[in-house]
Amino acid sequence: MSGRVLVGVKRVIDYAVKIRVKPDNTGVVTDGVKHSMNPFCEIAVEEAVKLKEKKLIKEVVAVSCGPQQSQETIRTALAMGADRGIHVDVSGKDYENLGPLQVSKILAALAKQEDAQLILLGKQAIDDDCNQTGQMTAALLDWPQGTFASEVSLEGDKINLVREIDGGLEHIKINTPAVITADLRLNTPRYATLPNIMKAKKKKIVTVKPADLGVDVTSRLEVLKVEEPPQRQAGMKVETVEDLVVKLKEAGRV
Amino acid sequence: MAAVGALSRIARLGSRICKNRVTLSGNSQKRGIAACIDPSHGLTDEQKEFQKVAFDFAANEMAPHMAEWDQKEIFPVETMRKAAQLGFGGIYVQPDVGGSGLSRLDTSIIFEALSTGCVSTTAYISIHNMCAWMIDSYGNKEQREKFCPDLCSMEKFASYCLTEPGSGSDAASLLTSAQRKGDHYVLNGSKAFISGGGDTDVYVVMCRTGGKGPKGISCLVVEKGTPGLSFGKKEKKVGWNSQPTRAVIFEDCAVPVANRLGEEGQGFNFAMKGLNGGRINIASCSLGAAHASVQLARDHLLVRKQFGETLSNNQFLQFKLAEMATKLVASRLLIREAAQALQEDRPDAVAICSMAKLFATDECFNICNQALQMHGGYGYLKDYAVQQFVRDIRVHQILEGTNEVMRMIISRNLLSES
Repeated sequence: MSGRVLVGVKRVIDYAVKIRVKPDNTGVVTDGVKHSMNPFCEIAVEEAVKLKEKKLIKEVVAVSCGPQQSQETIRTALAMGADRGIHVDVSGKDYENLGPLQVSKILAALAKQEDAQLILLGKQAIDDDCNQTGQMTAALLDWPQGTFASEVSLEGDKINLVREIDGGLEHIKINTPAVITADLRLNTPRYATLPNIMKAKKKKIVTVKPADLGVDVTSRLEVLKVEEPPQRQAGMKVETVEDLVVKLKEAGRV
Repeated sequence: MAAVGALSRIARLGSRICKNRVTLSGNSQKRGIAACIDPSHGLTDEQKEFQKVAFDFAANEMAPHMAEWDQKEIFPVETMRKAAQLGFGGIYVQPDVGGSGLSRLDTSIIFEALSTGCVSTTAYISIHNMCAWMIDSYGNKEQREKFCPDLCSMEKFASYCLTEPGSGSDAASLLTSAQRKGDHYVLNGSKAFISGGGDTDVYVVMCRTGGKGPKGISCLVVEKGTPGLSFGKKEKKVGWNSQPTRAVIFEDCAVPVANRLGEEGQGFNFAMKGLNGGRINIASCSLGAAHASVQLARDHLLVRKQFGETLSNNQFLQFKLAEMATKLVASRLLIREAAQALQEDRPDAVAICSMAKLFATDECFNICNQALQMHGGYGYLKDYAVQQFVRDIRVHQILEGTNEVMRMIISRNLLSES
């Protein structure tokens, strides 16, 4: 086994920013808006670095798909302890239409090229909330998947995983190579230290194009319209339960 | 919806008047989001990384405790040690003795960001950094190896002792005497207003080994526990309450000659060089407070309604906010330029550091004060952070050289003949 882990990191609008819809309703405003690494991707990077520190894996490779600015996100991963980075250059219209299907094709190709033992991703991105990339990547590679992981431990060539599901916690054991997606409680990402940020400057980021990996990034989806959620309407107070039922029936809710 | 999404929703709710100050909303407001005042403009990718770590640390480790540290007068040793683990204990100290080896500009960016979490604690960290730097720059091999690693990791804390009851602005007239007796100096005298005094381990002391004036002053490193070293009562202050301030008293205190930095008579020189950086650091702390206050004021204006509309529709307040933002960015640019000048050892470095300290501390205090005003009655309550920013940065116009002394330095530069 190569002992190599691929970690996907996505550059998204910072979680604290107030999102505004573009006036032409084609998307949200991203120009000049603060971006940072998707919080679940941070958790994935932290888990990968922890595995390397425990000497269970040998190399952590951070991957990001997007325009030039995605390299900033890769640098953050390097500052947290990843060894090297791969920037898959996707820009312009291709980037606007980039979705989980295309990214998972890219990750699958990279996993084969880099002979990865494990792919660690965040469970979802906070901009599109798709929660699909991990699952699709596993399907394309025909690898087992451990999604919504809140605990990961390697045992020989198998992985013990605790998943957070609606019913509670599920304990599973999967073979490697595998895809794992990180949930909130998997770990608390470390702060990059100043020395590590400086060391990160010397770590390599290689840029490739999707075509180099034999991936077609044409989207199968077309975004028709993006709009704000409806304004919250005022509520209404009622005197009795009977009134409540009448009002609910009037509004067509029951 | 992801828990993180829920977190972001809460964060966007801002400072609702009727709710208690939720930590998460407080954190989001200090994250530097409003575009024109974004402190990451013009920085290199690496500097943005440093800034990000400092902002995250401030939001997660400092801001939630800032009010408690102020009210209970807690010196947050554990939090500062966590900061030191990230490299914040000796930011511009050389790496061979445990420092981070960064530039003055990197340092300013870091303190500006940390200050949004707690001004008082960040100001102390900056004083600690200055002491570590002084020993790193002017100490010999033994002194550097003895003191710097522990200071950089904050295993030990440092205090800077220049001011005395009788000599503040007129620092060169200090009276604490150090009489040479064989392989020791015997110190007699007292220092006033020493940040960290009594709780710190290493004291960098300016004392008189020679005649009158600056040329008679030397710099000695005194360790806590040395017989003859004692402390006055803890002062009760308007702000800077997360660091204790005490008088430091020397009564026949014997300090080894081996603890002298450089030669006799060089102390004042070291002190002045140290203050150039110290001024940039203190100004950077004011900057962080002003930045946080502008964010708080902005968020408040968008939420508070009077006369049927939000305060943000009031032209006077719009204009006031614009002025605050403009002065904030102007202060920031001057500080960063001064940091560059100091780093490059430019001829104008001393003057521009003084200009930056003068301008930024005055303007940023006004910004914070105005932000308090915009909060109305709520601004006066200790439940709201803005009053702590005002109280904490008020002293920045006084220490590290009063703003009056800054004017002296600048006018001397303008009017001197050469």
